[in-house]
Amino acid sequence: MQLSVWTYEGPPHVGAMRVATAMRGMHYVLHAPQGDTYADLLFTMIERRNARPPVTYTTFQARDLGKDTAQLFQQAVRDAVERFAPEALMVGASCTAELIQDDPAGLSEAMGLPCPVIPLELPSYQRKENWGAAESFYRIVRTLAEPVARLSRQERKPFANILGPCALGFRHRDDVIEVRRILAALGVEVNVVAPLGASPADIRRIGEADFNVVLYPEIGDEAARWLERAFDQPAIRIVPIGVGATRDFIRAVAQQANVDPAPALDDDGSRMPWWSRSVDSTYLTGKRVFIFGDATHAITAARIASEELGFEVCGLGCYNREFARDLRAAAKEYGAEPLITDDHLAVEAAIAEAAPELVLGTQMERHIAKRLGLPCAVISSPVHVQDFPARHSPQMGFEGANVIFDTWVHPLVMGLEEHLLAMFREDFEFSDEAGASHLAAHSPARPAHVPVPANEVEPDTATTSAWTAEAERELKKIPFFVRGKARRNTEAFASEHGRGEIDLTTLYDAKAHYAR
Amino acid sequence: MSGLPAPSTDCAPVLRERGQREVFCGLTGIVWLHRKMQDAFFLVVGSRTCAHLLQSAAGVMIFAEPRFATAIIEERDLAGMADCQDELDRVVGQLLARRPEIRTLFLVGSCPSEVIKMDLGKAAERLGQAYAPQVRILNYSGSGIETTFTEGEDACLEALVPEMPSAETDAAPELLVVGALPDIVEDQFARLFAELGIANVHMLPSRSAAQLAPVGPQTRFLLAQPFLTQTARALEDRGATRLDALFPFGAEGTTAWLHAAANAFGVDEMHFNRVVAPGRERAKRAIARSRERLEGRRISFLPDSQLEIPLARFLATELGMQPVEVGTPYLNRAQMAGELALLPAETRISEGQHLERQLDRVRTDRPDLTVCGLGLANPLEAEGLATKWAIELVFSPIHGFEQAGDLAELFARPLRRRDVLEV
Repeated sequence: MQLSVWTYEGPPHVGAMRVATAMRGMHYVLHAPQGDTYADLLFTMIERRNARPPVTYTTFQARDLGKDTAQLFQQAVRDAVERFAPEALMVGASCTAELIQDDPAGLSEAMGLPCPVIPLELPSYQRKENWGAAESFYRIVRTLAEPVARLSRQERKPFANILGPCALGFRHRDDVIEVRRILAALGVEVNVVAPLGASPADIRRIGEADFNVVLYPEIGDEAARWLERAFDQPAIRIVPIGVGATRDFIRAVAQQANVDPAPALDDDGSRMPWWSRSVDSTYLTGKRVFIFGDATHAITAARIASEELGFEVCGLGCYNREFARDLRAAAKEYGAEPLITDDHLAVEAAIAEAAPELVLGTQMERHIAKRLGLPCAVISSPVHVQDFPARHSPQMGFEGANVIFDTWVHPLVMGLEEHLLAMFREDFEFSDEAGASHLAAHSPARPAHVPVPANEVEPDTATTSAWTAEAERELKKIPFFVRGKARRNTEAFASEHGRGEIDLTTLYDAKAHYAR
Repeated sequence: MSGLPAPSTDCAPVLRERGQREVFCGLTGIVWLHRKMQDAFFLVVGSRTCAHLLQSAAGVMIFAEPRFATAIIEERDLAGMADCQDELDRVVGQLLARRPEIRTLFLVGSCPSEVIKMDLGKAAERLGQAYAPQVRILNYSGSGIETTFTEGEDACLEALVPEMPSAETDAAPELLVVGALPDIVEDQFARLFAELGIANVHMLPSRSAAQLAPVGPQTRFLLAQPFLTQTARALEDRGATRLDALFPFGAEGTTAWLHAAANAFGVDEMHFNRVVAPGRERAKRAIARSRERLEGRRISFLPDSQLEIPLARFLATELGMQPVEVGTPYLNRAQMAGELALLPAETRISEGQHLERQLDRVRTDRPDLTVCGLGLANPLEAEGLATKWAIELVFSPIHGFEQAGDLAELFARPLRRRDVLEV
């Protein structure tokens, strides 16, 4: 048993729902009690979908348990097939139905249905949402994909599938647009995008492509691995998030398709490199950033942070253990401690410990950052209604990198503003507590009722007798957004060097010690 | 349930259906119950789905550490590699060490814990002894195979009833208001009862789960919520008497509800009228604005919280709306008799749910407003049907005189918005 307050991932059948909902012409009959129907609202409310997910629930009750829940399941299948006439049907059980062992696969097979049936075995007590999505998509591809003879490459353009985009995905809708744009610039035609927007008929001809582009390995890679083996379709696994990764992705696709990468590389809409090199960004140098999310988004974020914004990655983690190895490798590369956990309290403790200047995380870390009074940007699922903006807001491709620059930098105090704050700090009209003018939307000044971590308590009230009055005054002259760190560093330095009293000398010795 | 004898006030026949239900399970009640009882913690013994539901129903993860959590059953618990009861002891120990301020811990059963027949009663007893007297440990089931949405509150309050101290047999009659209400509403009612001269008024649940009201043959109780069948039965088993009344929605419902208490406590009629008149008048004034927009409009309710029938009555009698279909997950005819009698005779009452057929009826009926769950609202809007999310009726203060205008506005706003928008 595991004590859990908030979860990063839902159960695996929610992953299957995400795949079913992403597709057209698909229906999913889920053997589940009534409470499980809550999952519909994830799609209709968070993603604002204008149609119900194509899911029929059997909603068995306690009184059905002694009788025939299997018959109830078959009735639900019959009704769903008759009413929705799907091109293909997914069947499976949620956690409760798994325990009553009705065997949806066998039951639906015995029914002689007029459409292909994809039985799903998703062990609810072992696995989670992403795994459920990947397994469901793989089963769909495996059941429906038909072997095809590809035309010779001389007679046509290169052909690719885009695998992984899904319902309830973090910016998947917009990422697909950007990746399609890249492929179009390279003269590569898109055969099938799946599961998002694909019909069972599309899956059937998935083998026509020369190769696959896997955008979200959490969802698409299991199917891609099978297609590699069964259909001899190579997969490109570079996730084009960030300028460098996008360039790598373009070169890999160009090489695979045997085309010139230049048309896609020379995208004059790529503003991020100059935004990062322009002098106003100088102050970003060495900002300590803590990154947590799904492995794909966290790892790509670490590269952007380190190589493209000049941040220092002070923490890197993911909640999906399936990708722990990749994440550990990335953490090693950026010199950060890897954190692989789905316990948000452990993440909170790690963030507090790392004392970053910016948190890049999920909605969960956004709340953590808010409590700790840290700026934060969201980079990954689990999703929130805010993660489905009305505007085009990709993460992938050059435009995605532009979006990321804005999203990550805006929560920070802007370069010039940082200097002005320091300049005006002593003016009587100016209050430290006011913070920067543009920040309220992202990280409002710490509300009075939120408990402040002990090491952040302001000097007047705290038990900091080791500080001389003069040093305290000097500390107050340091801009408020770095003052907490200066205090911590100085105190750490003082205790490390056995200085009983923190005076001006200690303060400036510590400053020199921690200078970067 | 359906075999209960129909009282004489029975109205039109009820359409009973079975099929897919689109409703929350009883666990959802934790979202408001934990806010109400500030010294109580709710530990769901269930699956990742339960945890995900609570997180999704709570909407946003706004609390650092809410007073609810899930003990997620894992493969090793099911495979017999770990003993579920031992594991639960460990998790409860972990939790109480972390949250020493907790005075009442509810172990909440779920679909999986019910199906594997995990005995949470036994666990509560064992753990209760271990942690007494600091922490009282109780259990109830919020599982979706047994409870629908608000029935979770019913099960929770039912679990509190045996814990209530016995009232002295020669005690003066006391009034107990049953059902979780927002604090502000509770305070308004308390002021009204005090003005009426009803001295001893208790609430179930009270703001502190550790402070339970006494109960006994002298207890008269008023249901503030229409979904408390089992709690009412448990109170009656302890000798308490239910005061039959309309539910306190709108000017008339609130007046009737207060009147039931006034009658039981021998409050003079003139005095009663004097006390309620200002609130009642304010409520009527507050409703008037919405009445212009809602009068003559047709409304359907999909089953959700069991609030449907009293709310349809309020909308019909005080706002002039025409209920088309009023669906409820479960119909308690005895408690609803007065409400049903006030609904227009042609109202279609349905109990239970066959979602697809019900949606077909909504599409045929084309009501001006459909009250439904969050999973259905946007899809119906996209089909051109105006909707009101049912869950807002559960989470917002809607009871009593001072909230009558807000309640009416909840129904009027979707229609007004449609009129305003030009996009």
